[in-house]
Amino acid sequence: MYKIVKKEMLTPIICRMEVEAPRIAKAAKPGQFLIVRTDEKGERVPLTISDYDAGKGTVVIVTQLIGASSAAIIALNEGDSFRDVVGPLGNPSAFVHKTEEVLKDARYIFIAGGVGTAPVYPQAKWLHKRGVAVDVIIGARTKDMLIYTKEIGSVCDHLFLCTDDGSEGFHGLVTARLEKLVSEEGYSYTQAVAIGPMIMMKFSTLTCKELGLPIDVSLNTLMVDGTGMCGACRVTVAGKTRFACVDGPEFNGYDVDFDEAMRRLGQYRSEEQKELHKCRIR
Amino acid sequence: MANKIPRVPVREQDPQVRARNFEEVSYGYNFEEARLEASRCLQCKNPRCIPACPVGIKIPDFIAQVNAGDISAAAAIIAEDSSLPAVCGRVCPQETQCEGSCILGVKGEPVAIGKLERFVADYVAAAGTPSEGAVSRPSGRKVAVIGSGPAGLACASDLAKMGYDVTIFEALHKPGGVLEYGIPEFRLPKESVLKREIDAVCALGVKIETDVIVGRTVSIDSLMEDEGFEAVFVATGAGLPRFMNIPGENLNNVFSANEFLTRNNLMKAYREDYGTPIHTGKSVCVVGGGNVAMDAARTALRLGADVTVVYRRTEVELPARREEVHHAKEEGIQFRMLTNPVEVLGDEKGWVRGLRCIRMELGEPDESGRRSPVPIPGSEFEIPTETVIMALGTSPNPLIANTTKGLEANRRGCLVADEDGRTTRPGIFAGGDAVTGAATVILAMGAGRKAAAAIDAYLKSK
Ligand SMILES: Cc1cc2nc3c(=O)[nH]c(=O)nc-3n(C[C@H](O)[C@H](O)[C@H](O)COP(=O)(O)OP(=O)(O)OC[C@H]3O[C@@H](n4cnc5c(N)ncnc54)[C@H](O)[C@@H]3O)c2cc1C
Ligand SMILES: Cc1cc2nc3c(=O)[nH]c(=O)nc-3n(C[C@H](O)[C@H](O)[C@H](O)COP(=O)(O)OP(=O)(O)OC[C@H]3O[C@@H](n4cnc5c(N)ncnc54)[C@H](O)[C@@H]3O)c2cc1C
Ligand code: SF4
Ligand code: SF4
Ligand code: FES
Repeated sequence: MYKIVKKEMLTPIICRMEVEAPRIAKAAKPGQFLIVRTDEKGERVPLTISDYDAGKGTVVIVTQLIGASSAAIIALNEGDSFRDVVGPLGNPSAFVHKTEEVLKDARYIFIAGGVGTAPVYPQAKWLHKRGVAVDVIIGARTKDMLIYTKEIGSVCDHLFLCTDDGSEGFHGLVTARLEKLVSEEGYSYTQAVAIGPMIMMKFSTLTCKELGLPIDVSLNTLMVDGTGMCGACRVTVAGKTRFACVDGPEFNGYDVDFDEAMRRLGQYRSEEQKELHKCRIR
Repeated sequence: MANKIPRVPVREQDPQVRARNFEEVSYGYNFEEARLEASRCLQCKNPRCIPACPVGIKIPDFIAQVNAGDISAAAAIIAEDSSLPAVCGRVCPQETQCEGSCILGVKGEPVAIGKLERFVADYVAAAGTPSEGAVSRPSGRKVAVIGSGPAGLACASDLAKMGYDVTIFEALHKPGGVLEYGIPEFRLPKESVLKREIDAVCALGVKIETDVIVGRTVSIDSLMEDEGFEAVFVATGAGLPRFMNIPGENLNNVFSANEFLTRNNLMKAYREDYGTPIHTGKSVCVVGGGNVAMDAARTALRLGADVTVVYRRTEVELPARREEVHHAKEEGIQFRMLTNPVEVLGDEKGWVRGLRCIRMELGEPDESGRRSPVPIPGSEFEIPTETVIMALGTSPNPLIANTTKGLEANRRGCLVADEDGRTTRPGIFAGGDAVTGAATVILAMGAGRKAAAAIDAYLKSK
């Protein structure tokens, strides 16, 4: 059993949990994810590893309420346990395999949206600790929905906040902020990484293309097993079918067919809404 | 040598009824039926059936005990060679193995060896006869088994009986491999049959740790260096689905059979009270002709769809067990032979609306003697359908080979191992689908048992 040692609501719909999973905590690297199941009848839900501590034997997950399964996760309390936690899954971020030589001259810009902000933390932390230049843009609809600003602020050189309604930081989308940083404010980068809703990653990629900046994106496709066995997670990358769980989850943004990925993500939408409805009535 | 008694038919759920539920199709023999069927066996001096069973079960001997009414004695004879009789009795392709070689089959119907084996296993289980238990004293030496399918379970139970301290590591949240996630409930009941056989393995002292992906959560090297395992048996199966690489294959509602079956079997999507969704729409096309295709088709039927199986050769070449094809037809599944998909057609929103196919004919026999299908030019046509399930075979997962130094795989991704499961790295053994590519339950089990003997010899000489 995988005990929840700490739970905290970051916003009314985003929850942070620290969970006992010693084997995963020891093996995890930035960019990887895990799969949880709340109980015997629950779905297998993929979540990015938002921090890990091999010493304590715990991992951190940050979950946003979307449908029935995320609701079941958020309903768990401190002291409760997940039925299953399996991982770490997927490949670590590309930079984990890069030499010090290469990283020395690298300047990273992370573009984080919504619940995708939390997974940026272990990545920025990893780079920052190794002295690599890291800036981060965090975007949310409104001020109250910004998460992880303090944590990420402590592991990067510059932090830029933006909100759709202008209630905090820059008034506008993350893509506009990035454009401004590079074209007007004189910042320059060698690599961008975007994590967030598919639509935000699509437009971040378009912006980066205009700026001539390479970008990696972390794809949150539908998944069942997460081990390469089912193909539910297939995406078209550079014209070829790839499995996000074993070939990704991070891919070169330029190569990803986002429209197909977004369409495939919607496959169970009607069903899920029914599920959630059922559960709210209960 | 004429045999007057006809093969005793097995009672089955009515096709109309079972097409709408997930309960087991076949009821199996009762005591009287089993004894009558057993009496048909000629007790051949040189039985042709034994060498045709991949694990060499002493078929006439166990059948003689059934005939005599001593079912426990029959079970003991089977147990010498097989650790999963209730499973194999249900899913072995008997017509090409034991029963295919039975002398009675030359002129009439072979002895129903599989059904008798199943009867014995179910009967002793229902009677609550305790399993043998660990036979030798624990040696305290640790062996790791990776994967809990038939190969892993068979290897683990033999090693436990020899006194080793065995832990199985399983990537999924439930043990059983394909028996759990692939083969449906209506062919192999999970609680009453599979769980029982797995519990029997655990009763021997085997530990099963689920949610551990070797190559990710831990590595073979860390198991051997940090956790004290002296030998490792890799039984990770062949779980990677193949697609056709035709246009439209990533449209919504195109599934691999693995996804479809995993949602339904492992995740129990067919049950209202489980969280995982599945949908078929009103019509489903399944592409392929093996057991996997039959299982996907019959599952889709039970979920309420009209189902068509599309296969590029003819009925004779269908690789599925004959019984499954027969059952599928009885249940109302349509077959389109000599037909091959060329494109999946989608609607404006990206959902499947049809399958574009081409008609095939059988050409000249190739080197293997099989007549390969060739497309008939200009014969394309469309089958309207809401869902397409690809059941085209699977290949081994490269994860272990990629994360273990010195462990070689061949071009098809299969681990290189000799007859007894020795891989290219000392102390690491492998068997089952991970070595052979997709094969059968009984072959995987046989490989697991051979490897157990080889591991024992290796550890004793170390
Ligand atoms: C590799 C990976 C990492 C992930 N990391 C996180 C994470 O750290 N935190 C987190 O909260 N979520 C993460 N997700 C997404 C998360 O798994 C889904 O949000 C979750 O499955 C939703 O389950 P649900 O039952 O609550 O909603 P669903 O059952 O998914 O129902 C809601 C509907 O939303 C769709 N949907 C599924 N995933 C998403 C999504 N990510 N965004 C928008 N719509 C979606 C589905 O198609 C569904 O129809 C990740 C997904 C993947 C594949
Ligand atoms: C739908 C379907 C129907 C079939 N029907 C029949 C039939 O009727 N008769 C018949 O004889 N055969 C049938 N087969 C074939 C048969 O099931 C297989 O040949 C057999 O299960 C192979 O056994 P195995 O132990 O080698 O591997 P599997 O049963 O595949 O088990 C491998 C296990 O290893 C686990 N694993 C994989 N990688 C890792 C890792 N890195 N770490 C930890 N665990 C890992 C997997 O999760 C899995 O549980 C069918 C197959 C399918 C898919
Ligand atoms: S294990 Fe399979 S092949 Fe062997 S006797 Fe039993 S049914 Fe026949
Ligand atoms: S070949 Fe047939 S008749 Fe002969 S011993 Fe085997 S099962 Fe009995
Ligand atoms: S989630 Fe099943 S193959 Fe990727």
